[in-house]
Amino acid sequence: MLDVQDLQKIYTGRHRNVEALRNLTFHIAEGELVCLVGPSGCGKTTLLKCMAGLLAPTRGEVRLDGRPVAGPPPGMAVVFQEYGRSLFAWMNVRDNVALPLRRKKLGKARERELVDHALEVVGLSDAHEAYPWQLSGGMQQRVAIARAVAYEPKVLLMDEPFAAVDAQTRAELEDLIRKLWHELGVTVLFVTHDIDEAVYLGQRTLILSKSPTVVQEDLTIDLPDERDQLHTRSSPRFAELRAHVYEQIQRAKHHSGDTAPDPVVEDRAIEPVLQKTES
Amino acid sequence: MTSPGLAPVLAEPAGTDPGPGGAPARRGPVPVAVLRGLAGLAGLVAVLEVLPHTGLVSADYLPPASETVRTLGTLLAEPTFWTALGDTLTGWGVGLAVAVVAGVAAGVVIGSVPVLRAVTASTIEFLRPIPSVALIPVAVLLYGTDLRSKLLLVVYASFWQVIVQVLAGMQDVDPVAEDTARSYLLGTWGRVRHVLWPTALPYVMTGVRLAATVALILTITAELVIGAPGLGHEIAVAQVSGAVPEVYALVLVTGLLGVAVNLAARAVERRALHWHQSVRREVTA
Amino acid sequence: MTALSVLRRGLLVLGLPAVLFTVWWFATAGSTDFYFPPLATILESFGKVWTAERLLSDVVPSLLRLAAGYLLAVVVGVGLGLVVGMRRAVRDVLEPVLELFRAIPPPVLIPVIMLFAGIGDTMKVLVIVSGCMWPILLNTVEGVRAVDEVLGDTCRSYGITGVARLRHLVLRAASPQIVTGMRQALSIGIILMVISEMFAASNGLGFTIVQFQRSFAIPEMWSGVLLLGILGFLLSLLFRFAENRALAWYHGLRRAQRNP
Repeated sequence: MLDVQDLQKIYTGRHRNVEALRNLTFHIAEGELVCLVGPSGCGKTTLLKCMAGLLAPTRGEVRLDGRPVAGPPPGMAVVFQEYGRSLFAWMNVRDNVALPLRRKKLGKARERELVDHALEVVGLSDAHEAYPWQLSGGMQQRVAIARAVAYEPKVLLMDEPFAAVDAQTRAELEDLIRKLWHELGVTVLFVTHDIDEAVYLGQRTLILSKSPTVVQEDLTIDLPDERDQLHTRSSPRFAELRAHVYEQIQRAKHHSGDTAPDPVVEDRAIEPVLQKTES
Repeated sequence: MTSPGLAPVLAEPAGTDPGPGGAPARRGPVPVAVLRGLAGLAGLVAVLEVLPHTGLVSADYLPPASETVRTLGTLLAEPTFWTALGDTLTGWGVGLAVAVVAGVAAGVVIGSVPVLRAVTASTIEFLRPIPSVALIPVAVLLYGTDLRSKLLLVVYASFWQVIVQVLAGMQDVDPVAEDTARSYLLGTWGRVRHVLWPTALPYVMTGVRLAATVALILTITAELVIGAPGLGHEIAVAQVSGAVPEVYALVLVTGLLGVAVNLAARAVERRALHWHQSVRREVTA
Repeated sequence: MTALSVLRRGLLVLGLPAVLFTVWWFATAGSTDFYFPPLATILESFGKVWTAERLLSDVVPSLLRLAAGYLLAVVVGVGLGLVVGMRRAVRDVLEPVLELFRAIPPPVLIPVIMLFAGIGDTMKVLVIVSGCMWPILLNTVEGVRAVDEVLGDTCRSYGITGVARLRHLVLRAASPQIVTGMRQALSIGIILMVISEMFAASNGLGFTIVQFQRSFAIPEMWSGVLLLGILGFLLSLLFRFAENRALAWYHGLRRAQRNP
């Protein structure tokens, strides 16, 4: 579904060039929920923007359904971290959710159906007439998510969407994402800096090195498909995976495209036994 | 200003990425923006030069730029010009000073006593939008073409710019800072110095800047319409006597004067506030 | 709202004005000063001068000229402002030129425009346009420039481009700033309306007041000044009312930000 091939991004500045992404190659299959995690400043957002067609890479390409991404492709929806700034303050919730749909010209009835359903699914069926600034942070992010859901995208890109939200709300929203993913069957790419979140949410976790970024590891999360905040997070397997990811991130802080030996790119399922793994 | 849709951000990638944004690189000693600006000005001069020659606009109404500049040169040599300029600047300066002093004084007094503020609110709201030009006939009657008629207009118009900003500044005092000051037992004077004044200062500076522009406009208006001595009067005389290049030359001078006043006001504002971290939003007057 | 609070509110709003009015009345009651007649006389002449037909023959033309000039200035100012604001290169090139034009005190352009347009209605409308245009234009540029980047990315990713983007994103986001420019433009417009009539006109509010002043019809002159003041007040009230309707979302947003 979503292919990233040899992606490189160099920012050219006044006095220096900054290579944010060195060489990224990975594949996301249809219907997968994949998390991207890495140390701070590892170019996660740059990568997401390149994949969303908002930023042109210096080299390499991104393909959606086999077609190269040259600008924001239809069929892709993005949810940003700054929910407050991604909603239109002059429109109420319903109009915010409906706006991207107008372009699709589906007709009023279908539009209303999609909007109502999306708002219901995120738990905001009472907030149609409210304005974004009347809502709490968590609710605003739900509106952004509803907007993405109503758009009926093939791929959903989320850029640290819960970083600016309090912990309890974050837990609710994480479960909401998994629920939406199950119900809608949409492909989800979730960028986060929260290790627990990366392990809890994803089927796979791509661990990125620090800048200039490469893929440090492609980890399969073999937790059961039915997850919940209480039991999954207290399971021993979760702890192992989490520890592994944590270790990798620590290593990633010292390794980058410049220093990492052979970056591990293939799928690796780690043995469900406590043992030190070298990668 | 932080609100959706209004954050002043220019082409920088949001998020955790290092490195400068995708704006065109500014290489070399002179930034692109400045070069472009100069090109724009040059273009304007070129248009003003060529247009009268082509006959699209009669040279009687719009003399070529070169002629205007030449006339300006002649003007600069005449003492009457400098006298007029002096008259304009005097009216502007004195009027502005009086307005600022009165505006700050009144604003501080009214702003620090909530009762006063509440009682005077409606009066201020009613008097503020009264166009200062309404006072022109009154000024003519009372003071003729004296400096004082100019001052009447300038002070009246500029005063409101200042007082509105000062009142907004007084209202903006951070209650936490106020409480902190009080808990440290700073007296009234201490509170004014350490809490009130720093908070209000940016607003005062904004008020002074707005007032400076308004004062210039009203000064020249008074000279133009009433005939008080100054650049505006010179323009009126030039227009009546059909000296078209003089008119344009003088208009150019007033424009440059306006730019100078604006730049000076901003420079003063920056200087006075160089220690001020937060960005104050200009109260819409 | 209790009767007491209504009373208190009424007192606050009308108290000082009423006091000032009374002071004015009594201070000038026995006045024999030629230039400052008793308030009573002024009010009397107000009723006599500003009859319905005089309002129609003098005030209405003034207001129509103001309306025409103002609306034209809004269209030109916003239109040009959009073009300039959205293209960085255009902005860089034009900014110094625009700043120069804006710095010219608007009344000064009256003699210049008179060269081209004579002394009729066209001249007055042009004068108003030439003065009102700048705050609107420059504020539009400012507002367009400051459109939030995240919102821009959101629109791009949802394929909202072109005219739709202009309509739903750029104009709405810039509207508070544009309205600021429009408010400044209104004050300038009123000033220019009056001055252009004092300069050269055969009818209009400014013209009438100047006539009174020249013929030393003092109470009548004062009544004209009073009317002008009232007009300024009413127009600003009207503007505030329209603004509150159009920018309700913005005021709500600011309130929410101030009281988190």
